[in-house]
Amino acid sequence: MNLTIQEKTQSDTAITMVVSGEVDAYTAPQLREKLMPLTKQKQEVFLDLTTVEYMDSTGLGVLIGAYKSLRAQGGRLVLIGMSARLSRLLKITGLTEIIDIEDGA
Amino acid sequence: MVEPYKDLIELAIPAKAQYVGVVRLTVSGIANRMGFHYDDIEDMKLALAEACTNAVDHAYSGQEGQIAVSFFIFEDRLAIRVSDEGNSFDISSVKQRSGPIDKDLPLTSMRERGLGLHLMETLMDRVEINGGRGVIVTMTKFIHRDEVEQDVDSPEKTKSHG
Repeated sequence: MNLTIQEKTQSDTAITMVVSGEVDAYTAPQLREKLMPLTKQKQEVFLDLTTVEYMDSTGLGVLIGAYKSLRAQGGRLVLIGMSARLSRLLKITGLTEIIDIEDGA
Repeated sequence: MVEPYKDLIELAIPAKAQYVGVVRLTVSGIANRMGFHYDDIEDMKLALAEACTNAVDHAYSGQEGQIAVSFFIFEDRLAIRVSDEGNSFDISSVKQRSGPIDKDLPLTSMRERGLGLHLMETLMDRVEINGGRGVIVTMTKFIHRDEVEQDVDSPEKTKSHG
């Protein structure tokens, strides 16, 4: 029941974060704390979700918050490494239509 | 009335976010034992976590409380009841706000919460929500046996050859 969030690459305008483990009601606040400041500092935030084993609506809420924050200042949130489960979750909730998703890491 | 369940497993957790993971592990174990497929198990984990997270968030307004989770095991399905004894809510108004995110809405009105009920209804075969002293959510998922299996030689037939 753990979540880890690690910085992978960074430039002045963009950052890639690797999220691993479970994002639920208990761990989502940690993700929010790490992510929200970055949405104010960077133009592009890439989230590598390849090793996310579980995510529910609390995790999606964090993604939506980050998306809104980035968009409000002309930036973008990009999700990479989506599993079939995660893709399904984003599809059901309508987020596939909104958040940028790219293949590979 | 419906036929009686075969077995009943009951669990009570404190209404705290850190214990929702325990409920997920429990349903995963039970559903696995019943013969559900991987994707259906993952669906149930998610739907049940949403129900429990709602109870954690709304039921006791920051006060201590318990969430009771009952797993009713039937031959062909698993029915899970999540109940709390905390604050009830206006079920019809919540249902009206439930649904996927609308991409045509302006950024500021995009919801960050409220996707839980929509997920429960999409991922389970049946979801009932009742208010009373608290909130009772009952969700059911049927075991989808492989249709392919019927085309394959039945175990009896195989055995008679051996």
